[in-house]
Amino acid sequence: MSRLRKEFLKGIIISNPVFVLALGLCPALAISISIDNALGMSMGVAIVLLGSNIMVATLRKIVPNAVRIPVFIVIIASFVTIIDLLFQAYFPPLHQSLGIYLPLIVVNCIVLGRAEAFASKNPIFDSIADALGIAIGFMLALLLVSFIRQMLGTGMLTVFGKELLRLPGLASHPMALFVLPPGAFLVIALLLALFRRMGVLKNE
Amino acid sequence: MNELISIFIGMALVNNFVLSRFLGLCPFFGVSKKLDNALSMGIAVTLVMFLASVVTWFIYHHILVPFNVEYMKIIIYIVVIASLVQIVEMAIKRTNVTLYNALGIYLPLITTNCAVLGITLINTQEDFSLIQSMVSALGGGIGFLFVLVIMSGIRERLELSDVPKSMKGLPIAFITAMLLSLTFFGFGGMV
Repeated sequence: MSRLRKEFLKGIIISNPVFVLALGLCPALAISISIDNALGMSMGVAIVLLGSNIMVATLRKIVPNAVRIPVFIVIIASFVTIIDLLFQAYFPPLHQSLGIYLPLIVVNCIVLGRAEAFASKNPIFDSIADALGIAIGFMLALLLVSFIRQMLGTGMLTVFGKELLRLPGLASHPMALFVLPPGAFLVIALLLALFRRMGVLKNE
Repeated sequence: MNELISIFIGMALVNNFVLSRFLGLCPFFGVSKKLDNALSMGIAVTLVMFLASVVTWFIYHHILVPFNVEYMKIIIYIVVIASLVQIVEMAIKRTNVTLYNALGIYLPLITTNCAVLGITLINTQEDFSLIQSMVSALGGGIGFLFVLVIMSGIRERLELSDVPKSMKGLPIAFITAMLLSLTFFGFGGMV
């Protein structure tokens, strides 16, 4: 049990996919303009990661070593197709705003990276714990970036149409830069530098 | 003709793959430390993007649409791209060993480059014709190459400059990308 807990916790901080491993940056930067998007994206990644980790761990003794990467990719692509259709059916606005970044989970290095580095060598329950940990780490990173960008870029915090918070002054004159592409680079750069300064991340 | 030019400029500069669509960031930050590597990687990616666009256009319009299985596009596209990368790798190995040695390790990495899958999905989404897809793939690829080369030039100089300790490496690269992205906003009025 403690082993599972260790695999689960390591994904959240020690090997946080976005900030520590610098994986999965494309979606983290592209869709982090609102909390809604961040929740939708991390839900998608979590389902795909969980599904592919379970499948890969189950099949790890059957799949020949030479063709393992193509097999993993096809498994991942199948799960991505499933969530693409699910989102299209149940959350059309979210599907619209995530656009091509939802199908692009296929080439998200986090998912293939976990399949190759962890699930292909470990039993199913460890792989499930690993997938959950990494998915939550990814979600926290995405939420942090989206929170900053949405607050500064629009001056208010809305989650699924409900307004939670409104900053006086900033709401009437938002810093639109933060919801534009340069803002994404700036926020990630400052967060990385801050984490290094605080000693959470190692300097290069 | 005008339409093709505007697609090309739109893909290469206005909606640049790296700076405004955030596609292909891994090679952008990973490979862009040296000018030569950046150039080789950019050319390889452009080539695969172009070929993938042509092949997936035929597959989509002549296999997936007639059989009504458009939802299979993600799986089919990724398999096509993976096999295409293998074929290009073998072809280059047989015909031009110097180029193969230069591109070597970068070729297999292209499979998981989101720019390649991205361009095929964008072409399908925008419902481009064959010629339009080819132009948009070339535009996207050249835009990627262009930014990769600029970035590598800047990063070669950054190595020598005095950067605050916690900003070294990735953070300062992101700041550079932010300034580049801001600069590319200037192209916004072109299309």
